[in-house]
This record gives sequence, C-alpha cells and structure tokens, in this order.
Amino acid sequence: MADAAIHGHEHEDERGFFTRWFMSTNHKDIGILYLVVSAIVGLISVTFTVFMRLELMDPGVQYMCLEGFRMFGGGGAECTPNGHLWNVLITYHGVLMMFFVVIPALFGGFGNYFMPLQIGAPDMAFPRLNNLSFWLYVAGTSLGVASMLSPGGNDQLGSGVGWVLYPPLSTTEGGMSMDLAIFAVHVSGASSILGAINMITTFLNMRAPGMTLFKVPLFSWSIFVTAWLILLSLPVLAGAITMLLMDRNFGFTFFDPAGGGDPVLYQHILWFFGHPEVYIVILPGFGIISHVIATFSRKPVFGYLPMVWAIIAIGALGFVVWAHHMYTVGMSLNQQAYFMLATMVIAVPTGVKIFSWIATMWSGSLEFKAPMMFALGFLVLFTVGGVTGIVLSQTAVDRAYHDTYYVVAHFHYVMSLGAVFAIFAGIYFYFGKMTGRQYNEFWAHVHFWTFFIGANLTFFPQHFLGRQGMPRRYIDYPEAFAYWNKVSSYGALLSFASFLLFFGIMFHALLRGAKITENNYWNEYADTLEWTLPSPPPEHTFEQLPKQEDWDKGHAH
Amino acid sequence: MAHAKNHDYHILPPSLWPLIGAVAGFFMLFGAVLWMHGVTSLMFWAGFVAVLYTMFGWWSETVTENKVGDHTPVVQIGLRYGFILFIMSEVMFFFAWFWSFFKHMMYPMYEYSGTEYVQPTIHAVDPFHLPLINTLILLLSGCAVTWAHHALVHNNDRKALVQGLAIAIVLGIFFTAFQAYEYGELLLHEGWEFGGDVFYSNFFMATGFHGFHVLIGTIFLIICMIRAMKGDFTETDHVGFEMAAWYWHFVDVVWLFLFFAVYLWGTAGMH
Repeated sequence: MADAAIHGHEHEDERGFFTRWFMSTNHKDIGILYLVVSAIVGLISVTFTVFMRLELMDPGVQYMCLEGFRMFGGGGAECTPNGHLWNVLITYHGVLMMFFVVIPALFGGFGNYFMPLQIGAPDMAFPRLNNLSFWLYVAGTSLGVASMLSPGGNDQLGSGVGWVLYPPLSTTEGGMSMDLAIFAVHVSGASSILGAINMITTFLNMRAPGMTLFKVPLFSWSIFVTAWLILLSLPVLAGAITMLLMDRNFGFTFFDPAGGGDPVLYQHILWFFGHPEVYIVILPGFGIISHVIATFSRKPVFGYLPMVWAIIAIGALGFVVWAHHMYTVGMSLNQQAYFMLATMVIAVPTGVKIFSWIATMWSGSLEFKAPMMFALGFLVLFTVGGVTGIVLSQTAVDRAYHDTYYVVAHFHYVMSLGAVFAIFAGIYFYFGKMTGRQYNEFWAHVHFWTFFIGANLTFFPQHFLGRQGMPRRYIDYPEAFAYWNKVSSYGALLSFASFLLFFGIMFHALLRGAKITENNYWNEYADTLEWTLPSPPPEHTFEQLPKQEDWDKGHAH
Repeated sequence: MAHAKNHDYHILPPSLWPLIGAVAGFFMLFGAVLWMHGVTSLMFWAGFVAVLYTMFGWWSETVTENKVGDHTPVVQIGLRYGFILFIMSEVMFFFAWFWSFFKHMMYPMYEYSGTEYVQPTIHAVDPFHLPLINTLILLLSGCAVTWAHHALVHNNDRKALVQGLAIAIVLGIFFTAFQAYEYGELLLHEGWEFGGDVFYSNFFMATGFHGFHVLIGTIFLIICMIRAMKGDFTETDHVGFEMAAWYWHFVDVVWLFLFFAVYLWGTAGMH
C-alpha cells in the first residue's frame, strides 16, 4: 500500500467526488476550487459590464427601462430610464470583482496552489481552516447574490449604492438587500482573514530546509505580503460596515450628522482598508509576472532582492495613502499635501519592479508563449494605469478628474488590465501543471490579441471622456460624449467575446488538450519547486521534504 | 498507513466541518437580516446553534488530534503563529472603533461651522467608581491566569493550575456582571440611550464588542479549566491553554485602552 501511494497518480482516485471537493484539506484541490468559483463569479460580473456598456453605446436609455429591460432594444417603444437597475449593476460589478473574483483567484487560487509548492511545504499550516476559507467565500458569494435578488431601494431589487457603500446612500437604502450585502462583505472578509493567517503561518513555519527568507521565490513573497495587508486592513473594514449595519437597523448615528456622526469618517475608515485592498489585488499578480518573464526570457529575474523589498515597500506604503481617494471631501491643505506626496512615493518601488522586469528581458532569449504575451500586456497596461495614477495623485489635478471617467479608466487599467492580465498569464503558465494537459497555443494567442485590443478599446477612450468631463456612475450622457462611448462599447463587446473564447480554450484543453508528461514543460528557468513535481502533482507532495539542491540555483541574487 | 509521510507537519484527513460551518454561517447571517426586518428570528437561531455545534465538534477534534500526537513541536509553533495573527486581526477590528471614538472626541460635529448639531446632555460616569473596579478585576484576573500558567510550567502543579483558572474565570464573570449592571443603570436610570447620539454609538459598540470578547475569553478559560481537571496539558505541551491566556491578556489590554480613552477621557468630560 505504502509503496503504491508514493507514486501518486493512481492514489488520487481513491477519494470520492464529494470527499475530494467538498471535504478537502488539500491545498491544491482548494486552490482549484477557488479558481473555478471565481471564474464563474467573474463571468457573472463581466456580463453586467457588457449590459452596462450596451446601455452606454448610444445617448439616451434603450435597454434598462422601468417597463422591463430589453435585451435587444425596444424598437422605439416608450422607455422610462431605470436608474436603480443601473446603480445595482455598477454596485454588484464592483463588489463582486473586488471581493469575490480577483482576491479569490489570485490569493485563494494561485496562492493556495503554488505558495506551499514553491516553498516545499507538504500542505498549508492549517489545511482544514483553509477549506473553511473557501466555503466562507462561497457563503459570502451566496449572500452577495441573495442581496442582489432581494428587496432593496426604490421598491426594486438590489442595492444601488456603489461598491464603496458610502453613507448616507447606504444607510438610507431601503429593504434587506443592503444588510445582506454588508454581511456578504463580512463573510468574505472573514474568509480572507483566515486565509491570510494560514498563508503567513505556512510561509513562516514551513519553508523547505535551508530556504531562508531571502531565498523564497518572488510569487511566495508576494502572497506573504498580500496576506499581511489582508490581515491588517480587512478587520478595519469589518468595523466600518458594522457601523453601517448599526446605523441602518438600530438607530445608531456613526455617520448621521443629525446625531453628531460624520459620513466622511466612513470614507476614511473604508479607504484605510480600500487602499491596501488595491495592493492586495495586484501584488500576487506581480509575483506571477516575475516568474513568467524570467522563464520566457531564459534569465533569472533581475534584482531579486530589490524586487522583494519593493513588494514590502508597496505593502507598507499602501497603508498610509488612503485619503487620496477623497481629496474633494474638504481636507486641510496639509493633509492633501501629505497624501499627495506619500502617494507619489509609491511610484518608486513600483518603478523598481517595472524596470527590473524590463532588465530581466534585456538581452534575454525571449519566447512569446501565451503566458509571456499576457505578461508583456500586463507590463504595458499596468504602466499606463500607473502613470495615470500619478496624474490623479495630484490634488489640484484631481479636482478636475475626481469621479470622472478618467478615474474609471485609471483603475481599470491597473485592475481589469493589470490584475486580470496577471491572472490570465498565471492560468496559461500553470494550466499544464494543474491539470496535466496543455492549452492550444494558437487560440491562446487569439485570446490575448482580442482581449488586449478589446480592453484597450474599452478603456483608453474613457480617458478622453474623463477629460471632457463625463462623470462616472450615470446611465445616460449628452450627445457630446457619444463618439468615444460608442468606441468603448465596441471594445467591451470584443473583450466579452475574448472572455467567452477563454472559456472555450479552457474546456478544450481540459477535454482534448495534449497530455503533459514532463515535470517542467517550459524550460530550465522555470526553476522553482513546483516544476520538480509531476503534472498534475500527486495528492500529497513533498512527503519527503525537498533537498536544498532541488531548488537553490544560486543565481537568485 | 496510507501515506508515507516523512516530515513533522500535520496532514489532515478530509473533514466535513468547514462546509457545515460555512453553511451554518450563511443561515445565521441570512437569518439575522430576516430578524432585523421583522420576518422571523428562527433562521438566525438555527444557524447560530449550528455555528456553535461546528465550533464544538471541530475543536473537540483538534483536542483529540493533540492527544494522539499530531501536534509535533513544529505544528505547535504554527498553531501559536496562527493564534497571534488572529489576535492581530482582532486588534485591527478594535482599531476601527477607536478611530471613530477618537475622531468624535477630537473633532466633534458641534464644532463644525454651519452645523445645527447640539450635543445632548449626557449623564457623566465617574471613571473611578465601577469602571476602575472593573479595571482592577480584569487585571487581577489576568494575574490569576499567569499564576496558573506558572504553576503548570514550573512544577506541573495541577491544583494551582485549576485554582488559578477558577479565580480568573470567577473574576471574568464578575467583570461581565458589573458591565451588565452598568449598562442597566445607564440605560434605565441615567437616561442613556442605545444608539441615538454618536457618543452612545461609540460607547456601546466599543465597550459592547469588548464585553463580547470577555465572554468568549471566559468560555475559552472555562474550557481550559475543564480540560485541566481532566488531566490535559503538560509542562511542555499546552498550546490551547497558552492561546486562552494570550486571548485573555489581549482582552485586558483593550480594556485598558477603553478605560483610559472612553471612560477617563470620554465619559468623565460629560456633564
């Protein structure tokens, strides 16, 4: 028995379907569960955006009518704009993407699967708790979806208050929808905090013999720092939304000026969480990109140590810049000056990362496989988003750009294009490792180009719209904004098509993809420990802890 | 042995607890929403009981695993890390409540230009009466836990271990009782309101969440005392006890902040 078990593959099938996927204590299976569920939630959330872009394609309201929404336009029938539906869609798009798609995919999915493998740990420190994190994530998603479908404001379904849940909108929105949304965020927060505890403990306590902190691969480092951000920022959000809950249901006045409360206080506490959240979303992506670029440049990553310190610096600075989201609420000049300067400082460690990636590619032997294409796309688009971030960090300039489409363009460049490109890079990079089958390279390139063009077509024109003064969060706009809105909507349709193509590629690869026989199907610069394992790895990995020569290539710094 | 495990880490068999716990949590919170909107409280209570059941079942299993030797030294280190991190997240949760409190103390709304808000007259609480006694009670309770810890570690004195824990628990219960008495006095006789003004909002949520944590800590200590009486914990292996002690000290420290901020600065300044 024992001998057969070591060989892994045949052993995996001993577990029943329910035992394996519903009672899992296995970091690899839980990682896959995270990825699958976040992909489904992502599809829902993306569908919202397509519907929204369809509505914004032309001036006037064509689809979201009080008379019922019209999938294919009304053919000129009477249409009373349903602003509530619009608000609900932008709210749940934001909430779902922030809490239920990107964090679970990057931190829960890739973090779970690959962090323990990279550091040579047999599993997570608390395997059962790990599964609780996953199921709480599912419970949170269910509460979120329930919130959308239950009675809310304006005698309609759902809450249309925006993902930041600012009072007084969120404290006055009727129905139980808002309360369900608050609990959804609580539960997803608990899930992430438990996950963070698990990741930090695993990282500190379970590294392979000889793997000192500054020999740990960059992706694992990025997960470690992300975990700290989650651990320290999400409980603060939990406090803020608990205040909302009390204000809504028990007559408390944290945010009601009539009772001495202050709605701006909510904004401060929310963004004290919200800004680290931005880095929670992007840091694991940084980690993935480092490995992808090093592998397909056939060079070790340039400047390992500065790369680690840059991640740490970005994480630390992320806690002290929150009020740049709220320049226009009436802060003193000193406060604004401080937050502006502190924000700009973040460009330094981020610059270290961007230039190190470029230096990694410099005179490397580049190979343009799909993961590398997405990594390159990430570099370009994240830089664009970073540069517009510097523009927005200036309080004086932000006066003009605040709450315009310029902001929408900026944060979609860093998140929708930055983080999501990193996710796709990670999926193509690791798909073979996780499933034992390879994706179709040609169609993956088609996916890349359609998505790259589509996403840019969607979001680049939004810079122009913002500069023209188009405010965000509106269902309709004057004729003057029509041209670039049209372009943006075509881009959204193209992106959506590419997203569907992605699902097709995944299904095809799962069912018909070429079988992978090697452990390391890229090249010798994919040199972290996960590449020493079979594809897919057996149920239990590193039952014999890895030896230093398995992973210490000596070229890390 | 199905696996050939050559390391000291803890590899767990599949478990149903996480799924049960998450489903229970979903129904508890969904039920809470229904309850708040006057539909029914039944779903909340059903979910709540299921959550408690999960905690009991899960942690009983953990204790059993400890007894069969799954908690090797390296696993124990991990458990300690995990619990310290959990306490750090709790600290950040209180951070939010203190933030709100300090904001409203330093920049009260009635000082804002153009405001129509006038702070209501709030009956002042003398921090050197009940609150000070409660401070002493809680600190003394913390001492008792430390006494029990030393008794265990230095000469495995089981009797002193149980006695120390018993004293700590009784003092903890006294604290909660006095807090409840204070709440009652303030709400029923001194005209305080549960909600209404931001001062009450801050006071009741900050002290209320602290009180909730005292309750949890007391239960944690009671469990430890029961386990100690049944012969659990040795001089070298008592992670569960240590966690309870850490948690209790964390609750202590939060109270000190509450005492100096909310009571000494906050309520004493009222008239």
